[in-house]
Amino acid sequence: MDKRPKLLTENKFHYCPGCHHGIMHRLLAEVLEEFNPENTIGVSSVGCSVFIYDYLDLDWVAAAHGRAPAVATGVKRVKPERLVFTYQGDGDLAAIGTGEIVHAAARGEKITAIFINNAVYGMTGGQMAPTTLMGQKTTTTPFGRNFENQGYPVKMVEMLSVLDGVAYAARVALNSPKRILEAKKVLKKAFMVQKEGLGFSLIEVLSACPTNWGVSPVEALKWVEEKMIPYYPLGEYKKPPEGVE
Amino acid sequence: MGVKISKEYCKSCGLCINVCPAKILKISREINLLGYNPVEVTSPEDCRECGFCYLVCPDAALLVEVTRR
Amino acid sequence: MKVLMKGNEAFAEAAVRAGCRYFFGYPITPQSELPEYLAKRLFEVGGVFLQAESEVAAINMVYGAAAAGGRVMTSSSGPGISLMQEGISYLAGAELPAVIINIMRGGPGLGNIAPTQADYFQAVKGGGHGDYQVIVLAPSTVTEIFTLVEKAFALADKYRMPVMVLGDGILGQVMEPVELPPLKEITMPPKPWAATGKLEREDKNRRIINSLYIVPEENEKHLNHQFAKYQQIIATEPVYESFMTDDAQIVIVSFGTTARIAKSVVLKARELGIKAGLIRPLTLWPFPSKAFLEENLPFAQRILTVEMSGGQMVEDVKLAVNGRTGVSFFGRTGGMVPEMGEVLTKVIELSREVK
Repeated sequence: MDKRPKLLTENKFHYCPGCHHGIMHRLLAEVLEEFNPENTIGVSSVGCSVFIYDYLDLDWVAAAHGRAPAVATGVKRVKPERLVFTYQGDGDLAAIGTGEIVHAAARGEKITAIFINNAVYGMTGGQMAPTTLMGQKTTTTPFGRNFENQGYPVKMVEMLSVLDGVAYAARVALNSPKRILEAKKVLKKAFMVQKEGLGFSLIEVLSACPTNWGVSPVEALKWVEEKMIPYYPLGEYKKPPEGVE
Repeated sequence: MGVKISKEYCKSCGLCINVCPAKILKISREINLLGYNPVEVTSPEDCRECGFCYLVCPDAALLVEVTRR
Repeated sequence: MKVLMKGNEAFAEAAVRAGCRYFFGYPITPQSELPEYLAKRLFEVGGVFLQAESEVAAINMVYGAAAAGGRVMTSSSGPGISLMQEGISYLAGAELPAVIINIMRGGPGLGNIAPTQADYFQAVKGGGHGDYQVIVLAPSTVTEIFTLVEKAFALADKYRMPVMVLGDGILGQVMEPVELPPLKEITMPPKPWAATGKLEREDKNRRIINSLYIVPEENEKHLNHQFAKYQQIIATEPVYESFMTDDAQIVIVSFGTTARIAKSVVLKARELGIKAGLIRPLTLWPFPSKAFLEENLPFAQRILTVEMSGGQMVEDVKLAVNGRTGVSFFGRTGGMVPEMGEVLTKVIELSREVK
């Protein structure tokens, strides 16, 4: 019986049709229900997902833009027995929050960062993100991202995997049922790593933003497949030692 | 048994239609409170209960209740 | 038991004695001894010390710790406090208790590492964006650090807001003998709002620590509730010291270490036959306006504000005095400390205007 997880409130998501935030919220609810949502504290960020605290029924601390990993550090140090996670977009994690995510990862903070990468700034209307692809047109790269002006996109999972404090880092996508099931397994593993106290865990989720890509929700699935995945390959970039499932 | 859609949550994104192997989902002509044309099931008896629609739905896939026989 | 203590260390020890068990900060002169002391001391009491990667990160760790119900502190100096302003605005908006120590140094920009009091405006008038206030306390001796830091944590929890304690490069670095207050059992107030996770809680409603009120009507309501709090604080919490003011004609107004210089000037002026006195605010916000009422300074004819800045607190003094007497200002800034002689010269000048 696949039905709406209890952890999701009855509120209707405000997201655009075809936005992958909704899929990720559901996966998060399903996975947390397998652990214990009462033993969990979420740290929300600033972006389209700013109202996530209205959608998942657990305690939330809303962080300033980019600061969620630092806020999560404060929460986890006061409540180390809790599962603490952040939920952030590209601007939040890879632009303004680069300092905070790198150092939370380096310190091996026992938190899980969920990074929703849709190659654009959604909430503010479609501007360039650090993860915007070369040639991609956005409202602040109307002629397409190019090397001279904006340089190259940022690869967060690859960069962070280098740090010893990172116990688990993986990149997934949500553009097919198979990929969604894999993403769920990865998410569960990330929380397992936190529960076992192994260190920092990160899951980068390639997601669609049909509205700001200017495509339909179904076309967006192809966009992820053909444009994003070649530049942001899927896979587990850092794994904990054998035995964590 | 089969698939059930919570019409008021549907945003007509079409992801479920795209993924249904039995091709029994289509956009209806109704209008829900959000202003979208929700998806409807054309022939529920042909539902294979694969659960793909539930997986891909971004609006709390929760719209989709798939009962496995 | 009297111990010789450095001001920075006193801030740290005072926090621990007040029940603070979480500290997140970043090194910056002239306060680095504060985090260094806590790195060892918090370990001794089973607390958490973490050196953050920046002041931005530090204040956000404070936010998280406070949100989860911890008694938490950070410290910095001007440039770092500037970086913390976003976080302080968020703490205020989310109604979180926390203590922030600013050991002020010469500014603006990189400035220098010598003492100033030029972050008064930043502390009292704003700093961060939005309609909010923080309580601001100003100790002037190492002994007073203990009382005011304990008070800071109590006020922060009582009113659910950030409290700033202003020191300066002198107070941070000076070593003075201090009678350590006895270690006492700190009763932590209950925090029925803290996002601690639902487990072990009877109240299973989810708690959200947030400063986003997307509907303007609701934000205004939230702010009016905060303003009511501030009104209560203004009515009940101002503290000041008055020294030889009963018959004073020339009244100096100073805070922090500058007030110690001012006190010496008052005594010297009295030797010269000048009726001088001193008002020393301990709370900079709420400003002790009542100190300047006619019934409290019945003979004051000239008020001289002395600060280590280009003139910041003087504006609040003028507001409090409300035109009743002349208010003038003397200050040194950029890290320079006023000398007793130059302040005395000003007092003598003023006394000549008076007879």
